[in-house]
Amino acid sequence: MSVQKETVAHHDIGESPEGAQRAIARPAAPGAKTSVQTRHILFVALLALALFIPAFTKNFVVFQLTQTMVYAIAIVGLNLLTGFNGQFSLGHSAFYAVGAYTAAIMMEQMGVSYVWTLPAAGILCFILGFLFGLPALRLEGVYLALATFALAAATPQILKLSPLEQWTGGVQGIVITKPDAPFGLPLNQDQWLYYFTLIVGLILYLAARNLVTSRTGRALMAIRDNPIAARSMGVNTSLYKASAFGLSALYTGVAGALGAIIVQFVAPDSFTLTLSIGFLVGLVVGGVGWLPGALFGGAFLLFVPNIAENISKGLSGAVYGLLLILLIYVMPSGVAGFLQMIVSKARGGAK
Amino acid sequence: MSGASQNGAPLLEVRDVAVRFEGIVALDGVSFTLRKGQVLGLIGPNGAGKTTMFNCLSRLYTPTSGDVLFEGKSILGRPAHEMAAIGIGRTFQNVALFSRLTVRENVLIGGHSHTSSNFVGDSLRLPGSRHTESQLESTAQELIDYLDLNDVADRPVAGLPFGTQKRVELARALSARPKLLLLDEPAGGLNHDELHELGRLVRQIRDDRDVTVLLVEHHMGLVMSISDNVVALNFGKKIAEGPPDAVRKDPELIRAYLGGDAA
Ligand SMILES: Nc1ncnc2c1ncn2[C@@H]1O[C@H](COP(=O)(O)OP(=O)(O)OP(=O)(O)O)[C@@H](O)[C@H]1O
Ligand SMILES: [Mg+2]
Repeated sequence: MSVQKETVAHHDIGESPEGAQRAIARPAAPGAKTSVQTRHILFVALLALALFIPAFTKNFVVFQLTQTMVYAIAIVGLNLLTGFNGQFSLGHSAFYAVGAYTAAIMMEQMGVSYVWTLPAAGILCFILGFLFGLPALRLEGVYLALATFALAAATPQILKLSPLEQWTGGVQGIVITKPDAPFGLPLNQDQWLYYFTLIVGLILYLAARNLVTSRTGRALMAIRDNPIAARSMGVNTSLYKASAFGLSALYTGVAGALGAIIVQFVAPDSFTLTLSIGFLVGLVVGGVGWLPGALFGGAFLLFVPNIAENISKGLSGAVYGLLLILLIYVMPSGVAGFLQMIVSKARGGAK
Repeated sequence: MSGASQNGAPLLEVRDVAVRFEGIVALDGVSFTLRKGQVLGLIGPNGAGKTTMFNCLSRLYTPTSGDVLFEGKSILGRPAHEMAAIGIGRTFQNVALFSRLTVRENVLIGGHSHTSSNFVGDSLRLPGSRHTESQLESTAQELIDYLDLNDVADRPVAGLPFGTQKRVELARALSARPKLLLLDEPAGGLNHDELHELGRLVRQIRDDRDVTVLLVEHHMGLVMSISDNVVALNFGKKIAEGPPDAVRKDPELIRAYLGGDAA
């Protein structure tokens, strides 16, 4: 009986950091079925809520939610790399910056529609991420962290270089025109960008979820758990690790492009190491290895600095740190672990 | 049974393989041949070089000299990740599972080498990827049944008993449909009954699945009862070779084990 109970509990936390993303066909244990159904219902309910939010909230809130989703996309990207493939990166602000500048330059200097900037940013960042991932193959743990740190540190300075100024706008950056809603939809610009981001985010989220429950995703996790055994099982670890870097950069680059479009502005100092660390914090807050956690991480990234500022202007950094420590103390494995605990407690109580 | 094993074509030829680490000669000119359908026991005291030999055969190590031929072709020019696809599968002495994944996922990864898919197809669940997935799932389920792992199939392997983990490793190795299976101390941590069961299982795998087996094992009773031939190593050198009954009585082997006991 205890075995049975454990198995059921495990199904329920189906989307948990540890035993995450197990949509692989399970034997039809009743517990498993209801939990999959519950999750689907929850997903649809949340989606419905997301669709109606702009109808009864202020523009500024709509903008903030859009920004949350943008960060969440970047965090999903980082999660694919760190949570699922076990590679660290402090360099994701660089890919976010490349995405942002790709959007800005294409829209403002080449007159391309914002829609096309996303695939362009994604492809460019995939290539850059892959190329960066190749030499990074030789690096593990702290050394990889250091190499990616260098990437993050260099980015703002490269963006300021005078030979590039005619494209990047140098220190001033580039101002972007906000796009209008297409097809005469009765939405203002903020509302439209909210829906646009929602659609893009949803597609990217579902793709990530498909990936981590597939042969490719399992190969990534195998490398994370035991690279030597993965190799002996036929996984080309170098290729997969570099590709994971590329894919992760693709997500972050698309997020960067979206971020630039909604903020209507890019400038070098928006893309410092602080942003990279922010992504990492968001990842940990949401739960490493749990994809939906990215939304919580994104919200944390956006709102907690403001909250800290409201509590104390002078000591906002310290307050932020304190809030973070408090959160990690209460939820040591992020929101994912916290929800998992609540669910298993509720189960235990119900029995 | 043993008739067939005598006549089988050579599947694996190890030719004069030497491996040197700084200061240590782990293997010193070892040669042997493994015929299709055989079970070959590789024995020797601790540190004799058995695992090092396995690591050469799975291309994790490159021999300092010598050659390794599989189905008549040298494997030394190929990377480690191609070994599974050409038909060399293995288990690890200290169990090298993907600890955060479930038993089923571990076995699914075992099928990586004989299936194909890519990032794009898998992200978008294209028909090809779905086909691959269902193919992998049915192979995995078959092996989970075969090795009696249904009770634990959807649990993470990290918490499972050592003996069960060894069976998961076996299932994972078999799901690549190896022609040659390298088993590094599969009996480690097993009790008497399990040991007997393992012996039966290894022979059954050989017979049911057309798998040739190279077995490293300290448990002499097991090795001698299931091997068609035995190769004994000591300090990286081959000291005896032949059918179990002959090797068992080899004076040099007896000396190696008596001397080895002091360590
Ligand atoms: N990567 C390595 N670097 C340095 N020395 C090594 C390495 N791998 C193995 N050795 C050494 O090579 C020798 C043979 O080791 P090996 O693991 O092959 O022995 P074994 O026969 O498998 O022993 P056991 O029965 O204890 O598993 C030992 O002296 C070991 O310390
Ligand atoms: Mg060994």
